[in-house]
Amino acid sequence: MNVKNQEKIASTILFICTVLVVLPVVIILGVIVVKGIGAISWEFLTEMPKNGMSAGGILPAILGTLYLVLGAILFALPLGVMTAIYLVEYARENFLSRLIKLAIVNLAGVPSVVYGLFGLGIFVTFLQFGASIIAGSLTLGIMILPVIITATREALETVPQSFRVVSLSLGASKWQTIRHSVIPHALPGILTGTILGLGRAAGETAPILFTVAAFYLPKLPTSVFDQTMALPYHLYVISTQVPGVSEKIRYGTALVLLALVLILNLFAIIVRSRYRKRKKW
Amino acid sequence: MKYPIRKIKEYIIEKIILLSAMTSIVIVLLIFIFLLKEGLSLFGSISLKDFLLGRNWYPISNPPQYGILPLIMGSILVTLGAAVISIPIGIGSALYIAEIAPRKTREILKTGIELLAAIPSVVIGFIGMITLNPLIKNLFNLSTGLTALSGSITLAFMAMPTIVSIAEDAITAVPRQYREAAIAMGATRWQTTRRIVAHAARPGMIAALMLGIGRVIGETMAVMMVTGNAAIIPHSILQPVRTLTATIAAEMGETVQGGSHYAALFAIGIVLFIITFLINGVADIYLHRNQKRGTKK
Repeated sequence: MNVKNQEKIASTILFICTVLVVLPVVIILGVIVVKGIGAISWEFLTEMPKNGMSAGGILPAILGTLYLVLGAILFALPLGVMTAIYLVEYARENFLSRLIKLAIVNLAGVPSVVYGLFGLGIFVTFLQFGASIIAGSLTLGIMILPVIITATREALETVPQSFRVVSLSLGASKWQTIRHSVIPHALPGILTGTILGLGRAAGETAPILFTVAAFYLPKLPTSVFDQTMALPYHLYVISTQVPGVSEKIRYGTALVLLALVLILNLFAIIVRSRYRKRKKW
Repeated sequence: MKYPIRKIKEYIIEKIILLSAMTSIVIVLLIFIFLLKEGLSLFGSISLKDFLLGRNWYPISNPPQYGILPLIMGSILVTLGAAVISIPIGIGSALYIAEIAPRKTREILKTGIELLAAIPSVVIGFIGMITLNPLIKNLFNLSTGLTALSGSITLAFMAMPTIVSIAEDAITAVPRQYREAAIAMGATRWQTTRRIVAHAARPGMIAALMLGIGRVIGETMAVMMVTGNAAIIPHSILQPVRTLTATIAAEMGETVQGGSHYAALFAIGIVLFIITFLINGVADIYLHRNQKRGTKK
């Protein structure tokens, strides 16, 4: 085979591979939007489910997911940012920092259902929170910790060393330097990581299965020790556990969940790319 | 007297930050400890060998049997299938994005892949259930489309974003001089890509594959929705299977806390934790090797 043909064939095959990776995104989006858009109405978003979830709205699931995500980020954001600050600004290359990095890598790889088991063991049973918003939020928070740490680390690492040197040479302390000369420049990156973490927490089902998610609740939760419904679990329930839920409601729920997660992600991507463009150092 | 106060403040902040950083280590330890605490009681009534190699998973029969071999086989079969599909496609796509695609296209493709990674697994499972399962049922004339193959295809798409993005990073990290040298010697672009770039990026690509496979083994919801959940040792990829993860998710709700079934599901959690710990540890080693190579001038 001559070299030119080889070249053409190779790049065509690689192109097809890429199409195969990206096409499902388009198909999934397309199918869910086309079939689900009809279900979306003000009532669908703001009413309680009726008739064994085969009619009415999905308000408790939407609210539940918002509560859980908010709780998760309240826990994970400060902890994640401080861990990243330690690794980038304070840590030397030693056994401890190597160990912390290894722990983060492994946290990122723990299967989501194992987080669910952990949450059940520690928060629900050992600390006796019961299946509750606080148990679910903490479980999700631990799960998104690596996402926030990684994003914050990258953001801190891109702040030029000279910013720190100048601040220190003007007599600022180490913490003052970090607080006033480093973190402000890393904020967009930290924001990106936070939003990605939010998106991940909103979409996960397995960690909340045994820690908080309720099959069906007639009332909205009133405290952090209540159970709640949540969007991803609700989608799982109405598509596999409850017979006779109309396709419209299933697709509608899938659309709401997908829209929530993808809008968060798109927002993060936009923040990141604008920030990259603006950066001039 | 301003100085000592500032010094004390610095000291306290530094310690708080150090403590926060250590929580990651503590959490990993706690996960392991709590899995052991809840799971180990199983081995009072059943030996480790019977647990890992037992061929019968009958948790609610009397007496119950907790052999997880069918579940392990289920996970392996689904994972192998997903790997066969996602590895060539994922690597091919990473090569295309890093080496061939024009810059604008590259940005769009990377965004698309990031979005694929972001789609919740329950949504992918839902779509798989509704579109893929009927397709496979009709294609192979089966009584049900809930098969290991459906699981493999679904999971392949979930592994691809990981594989593509990490492999792409590794390929991009290959120093320019390598390419320039190859092209100067008269190699074509494809020859350069295949013989030089792909070779130099190999450790990173291996890491990408391992992390992708790690994601597949740990994936729960999608696989539970499309594979049919029959806890039998599969003989073909067209049979329903049940994976380790799906077993935990599907059965935990029916167990009595502290009972043997409850402990058995935690014991499965231990197995999963160890498997993913090993995979991620090894992937991390390869990733570091790639970084070292990448920075070498």
